[in-house]
Amino acid sequence: MTSALKTEYLTINMGPQHPSTHGVIRFILKTDGEIIYECDPDVGYLHRGIEKIAESVTWQGFVPYTDRVDYVCAMNSNLSYCMAVEKLMGMETEIPKRAEYIRVIVSELNRISSHAVAIGAADMDMGAFTPFVHFLREREHINDLLEMACGARLTYNYICIGGVHNDLPPAFLSKTAEFLDHFEIVVEQINRLISYNQIFIKRFANVAVVPPKMAIDYNLVGPNLRGSGIKFDVRKDKPYSVYSDLDFDIPIGSGRAGTLGDCYDRYMVRVEEIRESIKIIRQCLKQIPAGETKAIVKSTIKPPKGHVYFRTETPRGDTGYFLYSDGKTSPTRLKIRTGSFTGMSIIPEIARGVFIADLVAIIGSLDIVAPELDR
Amino acid sequence: MKTLYNKFESDNIVLTSLDHLVNLARANSMWYLLFSTACCGIELMQTGGPRGDLERFGSAPRAVPRTADLMLVAGTITLKMAERVKILYEQMAEPRYVISMGSCANSGGLFQSAYSVLDGVDRVIPVDIYLPGCPPRPEALLSALIDLQKKVKKEPYFRKKK
Repeated sequence: MTSALKTEYLTINMGPQHPSTHGVIRFILKTDGEIIYECDPDVGYLHRGIEKIAESVTWQGFVPYTDRVDYVCAMNSNLSYCMAVEKLMGMETEIPKRAEYIRVIVSELNRISSHAVAIGAADMDMGAFTPFVHFLREREHINDLLEMACGARLTYNYICIGGVHNDLPPAFLSKTAEFLDHFEIVVEQINRLISYNQIFIKRFANVAVVPPKMAIDYNLVGPNLRGSGIKFDVRKDKPYSVYSDLDFDIPIGSGRAGTLGDCYDRYMVRVEEIRESIKIIRQCLKQIPAGETKAIVKSTIKPPKGHVYFRTETPRGDTGYFLYSDGKTSPTRLKIRTGSFTGMSIIPEIARGVFIADLVAIIGSLDIVAPELDR
Repeated sequence: MKTLYNKFESDNIVLTSLDHLVNLARANSMWYLLFSTACCGIELMQTGGPRGDLERFGSAPRAVPRTADLMLVAGTITLKMAERVKILYEQMAEPRYVISMGSCANSGGLFQSAYSVLDGVDRVIPVDIYLPGCPPRPEALLSALIDLQKKVKKEPYFRKKK
């Protein structure tokens, strides 16, 4: 045949109900055969108007909503908001030392469980179901520990403005130490099971490379940024709470399986961060002092007029809360800046020219959580 | 349990009504649509994990609505998503069931005052079981599934009332 075959791009729809988009995220793909020519993310399927609700609830009343902003790491969200309000009220120094340590312990535990979901879900998307089930089993231990501390499994509302709601039960610290000893071995087991698996590495290596400059241009944060080899962590570079007293490293991507900043680097940064979190919690368990767990705070607070921006490091990166107060019982304006949103914004750029199956790897490695994206 | 009429006339013969037999099979193979929108999705995942183990009740996750019997609405349904929920429900083959999991799906929950949230999934699709909690514990979800199985076992399947 001499006449050229007429071809055209095929537009297909991925999501919002799709088993590997981690919640309700939709992509409109323009494909050339198996290869993505253009990827257009459609966000907003879980836009719950949290920022608008904040304007009608009290300052303390907003803490349960922060649980639901990012439910995979609710403690970190709580911490971020509460510390922002404390900064607005100028009471950072009044927080008891024990409360600060408890905050760090519970948020690092939550970071481990969040990374466990991120890693497990990435494995599951690549077709490896077993590691995901292993991680679900380990997550139950963390859920039990946090339930012991505050009574809830997923949405905690434990960290409050001025400290934490109640002191830890007596057995918590010893049980946490026991869990860490157990979990350190499990991480290595799961690494042998999946992270060092050649088939898995072939799926992740050299896919969707984000060079350091592009990562900064697109404002990536957290493990996604560190996966590109940039050493930035809010815990280290702008220390809050008691992180300045703790000794830990910041794992960064090194291109160990192929190119710097590929999916495998982002994945391995999370695995390494689990180890660092274990290290942090161990130090906290040693250093935690006795004493009060909550500063004296009125039941209805009215922070002075002004605005504040406070950032903390959550598992999905640099989460910032911007608060604007008019001296009333509820915020005049509240803005949440999250890591998933910037992670989502880079997808059209890096998903160009990859296979459709690799898009799933990209979503898995960027660890996007829908409600944090849409708020 | 009155699931089978154990009248053994001779070897290898069981007498029972067809309704009982079919309902027994239907109730113990409730395949659910993997459809989690928000926080409840994580608890749904944990229930499917080793400790809750939904599969011991014959419930396996399905990615496609056409092969699912049960829709677990796990999480907040926004107005943008509501239309999709209805489409997904209509794609499921009859008989189909819905468990509304968590406060958000029941009534809008914490977010019912928001401008973009549907206050209750029962506004768009019929719901069989409402499961309270924010989010419900895995034990609660298992209990809801068992309740649904009881409901299915009672249903006249072949002798429908006209």
